[in-house]
Amino acid sequence: MSDATQTPPPPADERIKDISPLRQALIRPELGGMVGTVAVFTFFLLFAFDSGMFNAQGVMNWSVVSAQFMIIAVGACLLMIAGEFDLSVGSMIGFAGMAIAIFSVTLGWPTWMAIIVTFIMCCSIGALNGFIVIRTGLPSFIVTLAFLFILRGFTIYFPQKLERKTIIGGIADAAEGDWLAPIFGGKIGQGLFQWLGDMGVIDVFERGTRQGQPVVDGIPMLIVWAIGLVIFGHLLLTRTRFGNWIFAAGGDAEAARNSGVPVNRVKVLMFMFTAFCATVFATCQVMEFGSAGADRGLLKEFEAIIAVVIGGALLTGGYGSVIGAALGALIFGVVQQGLFFAGVESSLFRVFLGVILLGAVILNTYIRRMITGER
Amino acid sequence: MKTMLKSAALGAALVAAPMSAYADGHETLSYVLVSHAPDSDSWWNTIKNGIALAGDQMGVSVEYRNPPTGDLADMARIIEQAAAAGPNGIITTLSDPDVLSGPIRAAVDAGIDVIIMNSGTPDQARAVGALMYVGQPEYDAGYAAGLRAKGDGVGSFLCVNHYISSPSSTERCQGFADGLGVDLANQMIDSGQDPAEIKNKVLAYLSANPETDAILTLGPTSADPTLLALDDNGMAGDIYFGTFDLGENIVQGIKDGVINWGIDQQPFLQAYLPVVVMANYHRYGVLPGNNINSGPGFVTADGLEKVEEFAGEYR
Repeated sequence: MSDATQTPPPPADERIKDISPLRQALIRPELGGMVGTVAVFTFFLLFAFDSGMFNAQGVMNWSVVSAQFMIIAVGACLLMIAGEFDLSVGSMIGFAGMAIAIFSVTLGWPTWMAIIVTFIMCCSIGALNGFIVIRTGLPSFIVTLAFLFILRGFTIYFPQKLERKTIIGGIADAAEGDWLAPIFGGKIGQGLFQWLGDMGVIDVFERGTRQGQPVVDGIPMLIVWAIGLVIFGHLLLTRTRFGNWIFAAGGDAEAARNSGVPVNRVKVLMFMFTAFCATVFATCQVMEFGSAGADRGLLKEFEAIIAVVIGGALLTGGYGSVIGAALGALIFGVVQQGLFFAGVESSLFRVFLGVILLGAVILNTYIRRMITGER
Repeated sequence: MKTMLKSAALGAALVAAPMSAYADGHETLSYVLVSHAPDSDSWWNTIKNGIALAGDQMGVSVEYRNPPTGDLADMARIIEQAAAAGPNGIITTLSDPDVLSGPIRAAVDAGIDVIIMNSGTPDQARAVGALMYVGQPEYDAGYAAGLRAKGDGVGSFLCVNHYISSPSSTERCQGFADGLGVDLANQMIDSGQDPAEIKNKVLAYLSANPETDAILTLGPTSADPTLLALDDNGMAGDIYFGTFDLGENIVQGIKDGVINWGIDQQPFLQAYLPVVVMANYHRYGVLPGNNINSGPGFVTADGLEKVEEFAGEYR
């Protein structure tokens, strides 16, 4: 070994193509997402700067919405890189929220138990999704579409049967004093925000029971979860052997199997992780709002997929990045709320969303082709 | 880090300052109406027209916002967004107090006046600190309709619920059942929002339960396909048919004698009056002393001209 350090650097391996550092820096799935993020913020800084979008409340508003998208986008991103879809994410959100409500309010379980049992149940359903896909060889598109209906149906049926209504409230009261609930529904940094409010940096409430308190009184755990999941997903994908397996499983499952990658296990685990993310989303939501409704999470599966695709992942699998998906979620959240701030006629909202989605995907594809030279 | 924080804080302060000045200016009053309705619910068009007209007449700026899928958690974010944008007033529905009372309360505490319209109750409106409630108490309206139907000899019914996830929709059916003095049980179906599905579900229910006396629909979304279903199976004009809300086809149905009555909660007033009330409150400090009931009013075959002329637009 000591000899090797003394010899002059060996000639470059002729099997490795020489790539300039600039180009190497650009060959990233998240490049499109980065360009998009800059573009979107520039746009809204120009057109909605004085609309309240960039004061404390406004920033918190689009941050929370973006964080919501991020949580489900991380799961959807890893699953998509592993070559599969999950269309049951939105229904899973409604289902998980309703499960927590039924366990804790209707059945009177302690909240921590309701949350843990719900997580176990939802991850099991995720595993079932994956297992059916693996065993039958059916496209995950179809299998999870079935679960989209099955879970949504149960989400309406059970509360209707048990409580004769489709929204179950009272979760906040049930969760009072619970040790696990604040991890999903709590806030951190209250002291800092109170100080900022006292210093006049952010507005304080002018009247009511919260007079004198800052309008933004902490960072919701939802945002902490989003950041935590993004970091976890990014490290898992780029720094571990398992991350390579995810790419391999989505790139060419047969080749991966032949070289010893446990493709089935990877895919089932990714389905479970997607379900886990959906359940985190649902738990944060019911803990914040104190009620679960049968219509929660409608169409969220597509919003997750949109965020992932804006972030540069390929629908066919094997290519993508968690950071890209997070940027996609940020773009989506900022655009969605920003259009309200900019005062865009609300019936045109979906038109803008569609245009931005199309623009982002075309940009991504163009950049990827230009860089990788693929056709 | 410190300088970053400082510059961010400075930025926030710079934004906040002109906003509060803007809120005090009399000539630029701005109001946001937030509804719980998904994009697909055509009934809310009347609300849009109502605030637009009130905005024109009062010389104030008005905006309409809704969660595209009808997801109430998304609606809460929209209310938070509206509050952050700092309008003079927010007009909103209160279809689930658990979800919405927090954001509404926060808006009220931040100095924005709120009027609750359509969904919710006067008590809930008071609890969140709103100025008033403008709307039609849903259970009471259903109950009144039930009493009327009972007087007409109805003993069983089918409630076509196209928005089952909203508690107020179920309250209408429950009120109707209680008014009739029967158990709701399985007489309410979750029809979904798709016209073809609604039509076929109604057809299926009526062929399975041919002895059903009456049909109650909860708005044009469920009433229009139900009209087609009754045309198909020949029960039109024979079965007792009442509906909430009005629309072009419902008015035609009443005229043709297929629909016995429509309950008009006069959505126009629910959108128009809050804007007028708030604009006058903010300009002259005058405020009516009570909640405003915009309905219920029963629309029957008598006196349909105005209704017909403006159905789907202002009625």
